[in-house]
Amino acid sequence: MPELSIDGQPFRFAQGTTVAAALMSSGDRCSRTSVSGQRRAPLCGMGICQECRVSIDGLRRLACQTLCRDGMRVETQP
Amino acid sequence: MTDAATLQGHAADVIVIGGGIVGAACADELASQGLHVLVLDGQRPAATAAGMGHLVVLDHSAAELALGEYSVRAWRELASQMPDDCAMRTNGTMWLACNEEEMEEAERKQAALSEYGLACELLSGAELAKAEPSLRSGLLGALKVSGDGILYAPNAARWLLQRQSSRVVQRHAEVAEVQGNRVRLASGEWLQAPAVVLASGIYARELCPDLPLQAKKGHLLITDRYPAQISHTLVELGYVTSAHKGNGPSVAFNVQQRPTGQLFIGSSRQFDNHDPEVDAAMLGRMLRRAMDFLPGLGDMTGLRSWTGFRSASPDGQPLIGEHPHQPGLWLAVGHEGLGVTTATGTARLLAAQMLRTLPPLDLEPYLPQRFIGARAHA
Ligand SMILES: Cc1cc2nc3c(=O)[nH]c(=O)nc-3n(C[C@H](O)[C@H](O)[C@H](O)COP(=O)(O)OP(=O)(O)OC[C@H]3O[C@@H](n4cnc5c(N)ncnc54)[C@H](O)[C@@H]3O)c2cc1C
Ligand code: FES
Repeated sequence: MPELSIDGQPFRFAQGTTVAAALMSSGDRCSRTSVSGQRRAPLCGMGICQECRVSIDGLRRLACQTLCRDGMRVETQP
Repeated sequence: MTDAATLQGHAADVIVIGGGIVGAACADELASQGLHVLVLDGQRPAATAAGMGHLVVLDHSAAELALGEYSVRAWRELASQMPDDCAMRTNGTMWLACNEEEMEEAERKQAALSEYGLACELLSGAELAKAEPSLRSGLLGALKVSGDGILYAPNAARWLLQRQSSRVVQRHAEVAEVQGNRVRLASGEWLQAPAVVLASGIYARELCPDLPLQAKKGHLLITDRYPAQISHTLVELGYVTSAHKGNGPSVAFNVQQRPTGQLFIGSSRQFDNHDPEVDAAMLGRMLRRAMDFLPGLGDMTGLRSWTGFRSASPDGQPLIGEHPHQPGLWLAVGHEGLGVTTATGTARLLAAQMLRTLPPLDLEPYLPQRFIGARAHA
């Protein structure tokens, strides 16, 4: 099974899984922290709300619009 | 409210139409002078919510320089009292020169601003690269103006409207008609006060069709939050020498990093376009221009883009003063792309005229009389 990492933790996924779906089974399921300090998680699942911003291999991406790839490095924003 | 005002059926000493940054600053200043102010706002899409909130001293004319310098100084004096969410910073403006012509403009500007007492400094290409390493290499130099700043204008307006709540009352209401010092609300109710201030931004012509105001559409984009990329507000000098000259659609590089870490990118300019939709071609042009200066932008995520409308007078300066044909109706309109900056100065020039106190600046260049002639007597 292919594998990626979320904040350093390994995660195995089936082909076709989005990074947003992967986040649901990791840590506190959140993607980022808002300016006012609230933890935020994917919401709309369709690229509109921008709540699912994470860093993927060093670049800011929407988790719900990105498919998991083997070796991907996903970092949620503290 | 003064007793005399209540007795005559007045809603307040002054009614202000519009609670954007200009109306808010006017209400706050009049309240500071002891007047009771009623602010009517219809909560329509407003420039204050759309704009960049760059506090910047421009000098296309002596009048622009005088009002800008006075106003930015007033903002700096308010800064220590402002709540954090106004996000006011005195981060300075870096005017960027790409070529010899723009470097000459930087030198001219430096002379003009220094003569006026503003702290500013010419930087060589190497000094600029050191100060702002995210910029592309090969720029010729820059003029740094230290006293300029940034501000989150919607929160600043809210703060100005709330901080003297015993004398400033806000009411959600749409004004449908103005006759001198009387206003008719959309509900049909008439209100009056010894003075009415029109500060309804781009909508002012609906209530006062003889105002010579034209809409200029602008696009903006804000990115996700990133660690520090730039420290000053970066503006191209081409803004003055070429890009925004003339009447065609144009773009110019203007970027600030908000205290949240978001990069706020402007700006475009289109005349005779009243469509609030984002125009992909125009936005694309604006972003390509921005990437010419900040190549790293290409790897960043834009979160949101939107448009706003600047309300421009023929000479680019606001109209501040009593309407020549409508006693009791005071104008605070026509601030174009600089109304957040000039709101403080506008408020003081307006209050000085209304209360007949000594104005801090020569009033002449901002009087409505320069466009709206005195009434012709039959
Ligand atoms: C793209 C863009 C970028 C800009 N960048 C900058 C910048 O960097 N620095 C700067 O200093 N300025 C900038 N500006 C300009 C600045 O934003 C405006 O000049 C300023 O916000 C104008 O404020 P205002 O209060 O006059 O108008 P608005 O903010 O438009 O407020 C008008 C208010 O009147 C109310 N209203 C309207 N009609 C009625 C009615 N009939 N009855 C009751 N209420 C009514 C509305 O609800 C609104 O709240 C920019 C503008 C744009 C569009
Ligand atoms: S969850 Fe809304 S944009 Fe990804």
